[in-house]
Amino acid sequence: MTHLAKDMTPDVKWRDITPGCNIFEGGTSASVQTGDWRVLKPVIDWDKCRQCLLCAPVCPDMSIPVGKDGKRGEFDYFYCKGCGVCANVCPFDAITMVKDEK
Amino acid sequence: MAYNLKENLMKEDRFSGGHRMCAGCGSPIAVRTVLRALDPEDKAVVCSATSCLEVSTFMYPYNAWKDSFIHNAFENAAATISGVEAAYNLMKKKGKIDETWKFITFGGDGGTYDIGFQSLSGAFERGHDFVYVCYDNEAYMNTGIQRSSSTPHFADTTTTPAGTVIPGKLQQKKNLTRIMVAHGSPYVAQTTFIGNFRDITEKAHKAIYTKGPCFLNVMAPCPRGWRYPTEKLMEVTKAAVETCVWPLYEVIEGKYVLNYMPKNKLPVEEYLRLQGRFAHMFKPGNEWMIEQVQQEVDKNWEDLLKLCNM
Repeated sequence: MTHLAKDMTPDVKWRDITPGCNIFEGGTSASVQTGDWRVLKPVIDWDKCRQCLLCAPVCPDMSIPVGKDGKRGEFDYFYCKGCGVCANVCPFDAITMVKDEK
Repeated sequence: MAYNLKENLMKEDRFSGGHRMCAGCGSPIAVRTVLRALDPEDKAVVCSATSCLEVSTFMYPYNAWKDSFIHNAFENAAATISGVEAAYNLMKKKGKIDETWKFITFGGDGGTYDIGFQSLSGAFERGHDFVYVCYDNEAYMNTGIQRSSSTPHFADTTTTPAGTVIPGKLQQKKNLTRIMVAHGSPYVAQTTFIGNFRDITEKAHKAIYTKGPCFLNVMAPCPRGWRYPTEKLMEVTKAAVETCVWPLYEVIEGKYVLNYMPKNKLPVEEYLRLQGRFAHMFKPGNEWMIEQVQQEVDKNWEDLLKLCNM
């Protein structure tokens, strides 16, 4: 019997779902794409970014990764919902919100 | 431990993306910041009261929590974590567990100020070693913006609609932080998101690593319920602190410490104007509402300064 979230697809019949709806792993929402909610998309201008990192902790969707070198990386557009909080806190106007073309 | 934003952000997040909170919501920011305050080698059991946070991070088969997570019901988050903590203590005593585990509970203002208050009060009286984090968004946002005892005076909600009959919520906001101080807790703090997140991170670390029941009250704005554009989150929290609507302070063993003194205390309009739920207060003839809120904020601020011996 499986207890993994990835096996619980919409085609699984009710008899085959995990007993007690138990899932024996954490952080399984990582496979859910919330980026498709987005209307506006943050775009970073690396020439203006001074790596002050004030944008990283304000992200509600963990979409601004900070690497082992202590520098922020590119946005994680898989999760980013386009709220724009990061663009608003940037003291150097390095982040702009543009219309997201899909 | 000196706080360093870069080092803090280099820690792995214990909260995963892909949760279904609204864009620009304040509560996932509170959660990930509090969880980042844990030392990476320590394990944690996280409990949540029923709330926006619980329903959108914990939908079968997906959950956003990388730590052990337990949800029970709306009213008993603190009682649930009490049981987990008691079981851990017994297993530790019997030598069945070696690692250090920490116990953290998250609740919205509905699950903390109102519905979960009896279990919270009971857990603090029994003195379990855990942290209760209230992410305060000042109404029942999950079910559609109904007033709670945390909703501020004159706020427009779906159960206190501002109009010709009533001017929004008729009562003032309950001061839960001071009620929790009265429980004799070793550490109680009130905080929100400001600048480089030093305030909330340091308070979360102190609360997690202080033995006994600790309480953290975090203002977590809700763009839907407060009716402001999502990107203004940090402007709203800053205005709340600068107008002294939401002062930053901590209470260590009953001793009040003010953490931030605004250089120029701004008039309360600066906070109210940002939010649509207070829009009716700026209509002609309603100036008395703003005056009254200003008086209430001033009184609470004076009281707090007295408690801090300032």
